[in-house]
Amino acid sequence: MTPTGHAGADRTPWLVAPAALFMLLFFVYPFLYGLWLSFAPKEGGMLANYAKFFSDTRLWPTIFTTLKLALPATLINVGIALPIAYRMRIKTKRQKWITTALVVPITLGTVLVAEGMLTYFGPRGWLAQVLQFLHLYDGPIRLTHNFWGVLISLVISGFPFAFLLLLSYVTGIDPVLGRAAATLGAGPWAQFRNVYLPLLIPGIAMCFCLAFVQAYSVFPSAVLLGAPAGPTRVISIAAYEAAFEQYDYSLASAIAMMMGLVQLVIVAAVLGIRRLVYRGPVTGGKG
Amino acid sequence: MSSDFKELRLDNVTRRFAHADGRTMAALDGLTLTIPRGEFVALLGPSGCGKSTALNCIAGLLPLSDGAIWLDDTRLDTRPPEARGFGMVFQNYALFPHMTVRRNIAFGLKMRGVSAAEQAARVEAAVKLVQLQGHEDKLPGQLSGGQQQRVAIARAIVVEPPLVLMDEPLSNLDAKLRLEMRAEIRRIHRNLGRSTIYVTHDQDEALSLADRIVVMKDGSVRQVAPPADVYAQPADLDVARFMGYRNELAGTLHDATGVVRTGSLTFNGTSKGKLATGAPVRIALRPDDLVVGDGPNAFAATVDGIEYGGRESLVDVVTADGARLHVRTPVAVRIGESVRVSVPPTRTLIYAA
Ligand SMILES: Nc1ncnc2c1ncn2[C@@H]1O[C@H](COP(=O)(O)OP(=O)(O)OP(=O)(O)O)[C@@H](O)[C@H]1O
Ligand SMILES: [Mg+2]
Repeated sequence: MTPTGHAGADRTPWLVAPAALFMLLFFVYPFLYGLWLSFAPKEGGMLANYAKFFSDTRLWPTIFTTLKLALPATLINVGIALPIAYRMRIKTKRQKWITTALVVPITLGTVLVAEGMLTYFGPRGWLAQVLQFLHLYDGPIRLTHNFWGVLISLVISGFPFAFLLLLSYVTGIDPVLGRAAATLGAGPWAQFRNVYLPLLIPGIAMCFCLAFVQAYSVFPSAVLLGAPAGPTRVISIAAYEAAFEQYDYSLASAIAMMMGLVQLVIVAAVLGIRRLVYRGPVTGGKG
Repeated sequence: MSSDFKELRLDNVTRRFAHADGRTMAALDGLTLTIPRGEFVALLGPSGCGKSTALNCIAGLLPLSDGAIWLDDTRLDTRPPEARGFGMVFQNYALFPHMTVRRNIAFGLKMRGVSAAEQAARVEAAVKLVQLQGHEDKLPGQLSGGQQQRVAIARAIVVEPPLVLMDEPLSNLDAKLRLEMRAEIRRIHRNLGRSTIYVTHDQDEALSLADRIVVMKDGSVRQVAPPADVYAQPADLDVARFMGYRNELAGTLHDATGVVRTGSLTFNGTSKGKLATGAPVRIALRPDDLVVGDGPNAFAATVDGIEYGGRESLVDVVTADGARLHVRTPVAVRIGESVRVSVPPTRTLIYAA
């Protein structure tokens, strides 16, 4: 309803124009340029880059190397963030502090986290020293410069993000629904299982997608905390090498396109599953 | 919970809240009430008087600060809501938005581990009771407000709880639907033969539904009585004001039998409570009880305003002393007209000022 009541006087297109222009300049154009670039290799036919990608054993396995890091990291982040966010749904002073503390890592940045992890988790780091001092574990600790280092870093930097997103979904659910379930005989677990969880599925799916996309494009921690030559040679490292060590921007573009494609496939799959469940209002009031 | 209970006892049920400045304030102060099985009790009072607090305390959604709740010989107030087994109809219905009408209604049965076949039979009976046949497979978002409300009622009663709690369930319906639902709630209550506690700030609703009305103000109970008594014999001035005694005159008690002098007028009335001769008092008069024409307690007044209302009009009159009174009358009058107004002594209630 417009207050003036003129049919067809919809000015919405003008309101979205600046955003559309921004998208065009900074997203659509670079993307199309990259797509075009990936089909214009330095030598060979149009598909030469993609043929190279799928035949070179230094390139195609990076898809799975990255998946092996990104999927567990995403599952851990969402899986831990969900129960904590659920517990934090009722606002009290104490919980406000806990929320703040959980979110701090987001402000640190990956490089700072990596540096901290190197001193903390390294072979002669505090963790190793404490464990040895307490005689809990005397063997060597290998939590940096390998798969585990990158995974831990992905969890540390990705958790606050997943937590904040899920918290906003959880607190968006009318708490009176839980109380209604309680008066009908549902204990705490049954309330979560029957009321909160089904209403949260769309939010969990969205959170999973965003967390996954973020984890799949991991770069700094894979270099700093991982073994970039081997087990954590993720897809973005491959793209970086192509662009800045071999100066083959065309190949780098093709690798970037593959990275985008994998992300798209996973996101589409998750959102496809989401479509199967209820999506609608999460309050029990009058519609 | 056993459904063939004898009575529910609220014993000094109290709930205090801590305020930001550190003081604690009782939102509900010593509610004591015994509700026999089958009774319909209305909690009536102005906004903020503690009605919802009382209901939430009984349902177990708010812990008590003091007092106890008993169902026969079982103490309930130490149990969580899921163990009390009271049905509750929330003010905003609180239907599960992702469940169909059928699953919403069946929820309580499912939680109690009732077999699927029995669930289906009982849900069907409940749907029939609230006249929602044909809507079983809709989501709450696809129902009208009145239909959602009936789902909420069905969901609360299908488990046949010993006590059904309703928090202003009709407050958002249109006038016609409200009247229909009122009758329906009354009928459902009779069919179940259990107890109902019904919260409302609408005196008509309380009067028409309840066997007994609990009038509350500022967290404390002011009067517990059948509707006719609350209507005709309010216990104190606050209850009288809330029950529609819109006219008040200040005066002094001239004679303990109930003679009040106010300005140049003298009224024969009925004292409510012990009042000493010479005490300052207030007379409370309901607009419906004032009569345009000669009779007992007659006095002269001038018509100052008329609000047309169909069969009867609400007329403002001003006495010789300048006091303004509201009169509901079928007699046609004109603005500026001088009239005689009278009121029976039994309907002239005298309260301590
Ligand atoms: N969580 C709370 N913290 C502090 N004070 C509260 C809280 N809940 C209620 N109160 C106070 O308790 C008093 C009674 O509230 P309650 O909700 O029971 O009123 P009510 O009679 O249901 O009113 P209404 O008709 O407007 O719903 C109010 O003064 C309110 O401010
Ligand atoms: Mg209320």
